[in-house]
Amino acid sequence: MTAEVGQFALILAFLLAITQAAAPLWGAQRGEPVLMALGRAAALLQAGFVVLAFVCLAASYVACDFSVALVAEHSNSQQPLAYRIAATWGSHEGSMLLWVLILAIYGAGVAWFGSSLRETLQARVLGVQGLIGVAFLGFLIFTSNPFLRLSPAPLEGTELNPLLQDPGLVSHPPLLYLGYVGFSTAFAFAVAALIEGRVDAAWARWVRPWVLAAWIPLTAGITLGSLWAYYELGWGGWWFWDPVENASLMPWLLGTALLHSALVLERRGALVSWTILLCILTFSLSLIGTFLVRSGILTSVHAFAVDPQRGIYILGIIAVTTGAALCLYAWRAPALRTGALFAPLSREGGVTLNNLFLTALAATVFLGTFSPVFIELLGKDKISVGPPYYARTFAPLAIPLLALVVFGPMLNWKRDRVTAVLKRVRIPAGLAAAALLVALVTVGWKGAIAAAGLALAAWLVAGGVAIPARRWWAGRADLARSLRTTPRGILGLSISHAGLGLLVLGITGVTAWHSDKVLTMHPGEQTAFAGRTITLDSVGLADGPNYQARQSRFAIAGRGGPYELIAERRAYATSQTTEAAIHVSPLGNLYISSGDEQDGGVVVRLWDHPLVVWIWIGGFVMAFGGLVSLSDRRLRLGAPARAPARIADPVPAPAE
Amino acid sequence: MRRLLFLLPVAVFLAVIAGFMAGLRHDPSVLPSMLIGKPLPTFALAPMRPGEQGLASAELTGEPVMVNVFASWCAVCKEEHPMLMALRSQGVKIVGLDWREDAGAGARWLEANGDPYVRAGNDASGRAGIDMGVSGAPETFIVDRQGRVRYRQVGEITPEVWSQTLAPLMARLRAES
Amino acid sequence: MRRLTLAAAAALALAAPAFAVTPDEQLRDPKLEARARALSQELRCLVCQNQSIDDSTAPLAHDLRVILRERLAAGDSDRQAVDYLVARYGDFVLLKPPFQPDTWALWLGPLAVLLAGGAGAAIYLRARARAGEAPLSAAEEAEAARLMATQDKLD
Repeated sequence: MTAEVGQFALILAFLLAITQAAAPLWGAQRGEPVLMALGRAAALLQAGFVVLAFVCLAASYVACDFSVALVAEHSNSQQPLAYRIAATWGSHEGSMLLWVLILAIYGAGVAWFGSSLRETLQARVLGVQGLIGVAFLGFLIFTSNPFLRLSPAPLEGTELNPLLQDPGLVSHPPLLYLGYVGFSTAFAFAVAALIEGRVDAAWARWVRPWVLAAWIPLTAGITLGSLWAYYELGWGGWWFWDPVENASLMPWLLGTALLHSALVLERRGALVSWTILLCILTFSLSLIGTFLVRSGILTSVHAFAVDPQRGIYILGIIAVTTGAALCLYAWRAPALRTGALFAPLSREGGVTLNNLFLTALAATVFLGTFSPVFIELLGKDKISVGPPYYARTFAPLAIPLLALVVFGPMLNWKRDRVTAVLKRVRIPAGLAAAALLVALVTVGWKGAIAAAGLALAAWLVAGGVAIPARRWWAGRADLARSLRTTPRGILGLSISHAGLGLLVLGITGVTAWHSDKVLTMHPGEQTAFAGRTITLDSVGLADGPNYQARQSRFAIAGRGGPYELIAERRAYATSQTTEAAIHVSPLGNLYISSGDEQDGGVVVRLWDHPLVVWIWIGGFVMAFGGLVSLSDRRLRLGAPARAPARIADPVPAPAE
Repeated sequence: MRRLLFLLPVAVFLAVIAGFMAGLRHDPSVLPSMLIGKPLPTFALAPMRPGEQGLASAELTGEPVMVNVFASWCAVCKEEHPMLMALRSQGVKIVGLDWREDAGAGARWLEANGDPYVRAGNDASGRAGIDMGVSGAPETFIVDRQGRVRYRQVGEITPEVWSQTLAPLMARLRAES
Repeated sequence: MRRLTLAAAAALALAAPAFAVTPDEQLRDPKLEARARALSQELRCLVCQNQSIDDSTAPLAHDLRVILRERLAAGDSDRQAVDYLVARYGDFVLLKPPFQPDTWALWLGPLAVLLAGGAGAAIYLRARARAGEAPLSAAEEAEAARLMATQDKLD
C-alpha cells in the first residue's frame, strides 16, 4: 500500500510540476496575478507530494517490504536500521528521487520566501524550476520508477553494497545533491533574468544567498566524500581524480567563481552577462557531471547498453535545458546593460582574475574527464587520463590562484594603487616569509617545494585572519566588540580563505612527506616505521551485526604513543571490505590496513600521512565560512528588500 | 562581432552534446589491439594434461584460426562455451589458451563442459596472454594464414557477434591465398 | 561487454580485500623498488576504473607490477620498461597520456583557456574603459579633425 501511495504522490507531483512550469511563465507574460499565484501554490504542493513519495519509499525500506523491487535489491532484514534508511538513496532510482525531492524543496523555498521579489521575476524563476521538475519527475516515473513491485515478493532482500554501509553514505550524497540541485535555483534565476531582459541589484541580492546555499553543502559534501574514501577504501588516498569526483569538482569550481562574480554584480553592477553565463554553466556541469558520469559513458558504458533509454533521456534533458538557456543567452545577453567601470587593479579586477583561473581549472577537469571519450571518437586511440595529468596541468594553474587569493579582499572597489595594496598585505607576507625560512632551515633545500607549500598555507591563513584584524586595528575597538560589529559576510570570507590555507597545509604535508611500508607480520612481531615501533599483538575473529571480522590488534609506541589500533577485514555475505585502523593527530595520521594471510602471518600495509587531517579540516572550515556568510543579515532569505545597492562604496573598506 | 561572442557558448555546448551522443552509440567493448596486422607473439604453451601436446604460436599458420582465451574461473566463458561447441561442430578451427590458472583446472573444466578446441595450451603464468595484450577472459583473436592477427573480439562471442562480424571475416580470410 | 565479471572485479578491487603491492613482489634493491613504485603509479590497471596498478588488487595488475620489476631488474630504463607494456596494451595503459596530435587539446587546453580568457577580458575591459570616457560631441569631433589636419600640413 505504501508504495502505491508513493507512486500516486509522484504522479501528482508530476502534474503539479507541469502546472508550476506553465502557469507562472504564462502569468508573468500576461501580467496575470492569479496565474502567478497558482505557480506558487503548485510549487508548495509539489514539494509536499514529493516529500510524501520520499517518505513512502523510506518507510518501505524501514518496514523491509521486499515486494518493492528497489527495497529487495538494496537492503535485507539483517541490515542495521540506519543503513536501511540510507539505502533509500543508495540506488539509482532512490538517488533520483532524492534529487527531485531537493529540487522541489528549493522550489518551495523560492515560492515561500520570495514574497519580496518582483512578482514577475519570482513567477519566472518558479516556472523555470517547474520545467526542470517536469523533466526529472518524468525521468523518474517513466524510466526509473522506484516503486515497482515484485511478484512474488522474495522473503529476503539483497544486501546494500557493504562499502556503502557507512555513516559517510548517510550524509555524503544528500550534501552533494543539495549542492548540485541548489545551483538549479541560480540557473532558474539566470533564465528568468534573460526572459525579463533585465538584471538589477535586487536580482543579484537574491541570487547570491542561493548560490551560497548550494556552495556550502557541496563543499562539505566533497570534503566528506574525500574523508570517506580515505578511511573506507583502505589505501589512504584522499583524492583520486576519479570521474565521479571530478563530476563534483567541476560545479564546485564554477560555483566558487559564481560566488565571487555575483558579489561584484551585487555591489557594483558589473560582470552582468558573465555572471548569468556562470549560473547556466554551473548547473549544466552539475547535470553533465552527475548523470553522464554515473550513467557510465566514460568508465563502463555497459550501463547504457543495459538501458540506453535512460542515457538518451538524460542527454536529452541536458541538451534541452542547457541548450535552450544558452540560446536564450546568445539572444538576450548582448542587450543586457553593462555595469560600472573599474580599473584593472581593483576588487572587480581581482574577481575577474579569480574567475579566469577558476574557469581554466574547471576546463582542465572537464578536458581530463571527457577527452578520452572524444579522442576515441576522433581516431581509434584509446587513452587514459589519471593523476599524473592533473599534477601537470591542474596544479600549475591552482598554485598562482592560491597565491593571489590574499590580495582579493585587500583591494578597493573601482581602482587601487599597487603600493597601497602591497602595504596592506605586508603582515601576511612577512608571516609567509618567516614560515618559508623556518621550513627551509628545518627541511633543507631538498624540501624547497614543500617549504613553499607551507609558506603558501601560512600566507592564506594569515591573509584570511588579516581581514577582520585590520578592521579591529583600524577601529581601535576591543576585539569582541569589533568581531560583533564586523559584518558576517566579511567574517565568512575570512574564515573560508583561512580554511583554504589549512587545506593547502594538509595537501603539502601529505604529498611531500608521506611514506609507506608493506610487510608480512606474525603475532608478536615488531617493526619500525616513521619514528614508531609497531607490534602486531594478536589476530582474532569477531562478529559484527551482519558481517564477520578478522581483527588485527597493533600496539604502537613512539610519536604520540603508546596506543592500540585494530585493523579489520570484514566478510559480508556477498563481499569483503577492509576497515583500516587510523590514528589521527594534527601532525599526522598512522594508517594501518591488514590484507591476506600469508605464510602464517598477515600482510600489513603501513602509511604515515603527515598533516593529512588538515585537508578535511580546511574543507569543513571553508564550508563553515560559507555558513557564517549566509547568516549575514543582508543576505538572510526573506529579509526585506533594501534600497538599491550602493553603486559605489563611499569608504574603500575591506568589505566581503 | 560581439554577438558572435555570445554565440560561442552554444556552439561549444552543441559540439560537446554531439560528442556525447556519438559516445553513447560507440561500442565500448572495442579495445584497440596493438597486434592488428602483426604476427602473433611467440609462445609455446604447456599441454593441458601431462603427455599431451601443448600449443605453440609457430603452429598457427596455414589456415585461418581463432585463438580463444578462456579460464575455468571465468563465468562468462561458461556462457560462451555452447557457442564455441556449435562452431566446432561447424568445422571452425578454434584453439584455446587457458589463461592464468593451473593446467589441471582448465583440463577438468573442459572435461566437464566439453572441449571445443582442436588444440589447447595452458598459460599458467599469464605471460603469453599479456604478450597478446589480453586484459580478461574471454577474448578471441582471429589469425590469418600468415599467422597475423586480424581482429580481436573482447568478451563473449554471441551468435550476433559471430554472424555479423566474425563469420564474414573468417570467410574472407579463408578466401585469401 | 560481459566478461570475467569485469564490473565485479572492479568493485572488489575498490573494496581492496587483498593488497596492492605485496611483500613478496617487492624488489630487494630499494632504489629499483622506488623506481618501480613510481612507474607503477603512472600505469593504469586495465580492468579497474581509474586505478593505477600500484593501487589495484586485481590479478592482472599484480602481473603487470611483477613484469615491470622484472624489466627494471633486467636493466631496462624507465622508458623501456613502460614501452614494453605500451607495446602490448597501447596508450590506454598510460595514466599520463602521451603528447601527440590527438591529445594536443587535452594538454594545451588548460593554458589556452587561461590565455584566451585573459586576452578576452583584457580587450573587453580596455574597450569598456575607452568607451567609458565621455564621447566627443560632433562639434568636438570636427575641431579634432581640423586640428589634426593642420598638424598634417605642418609636417
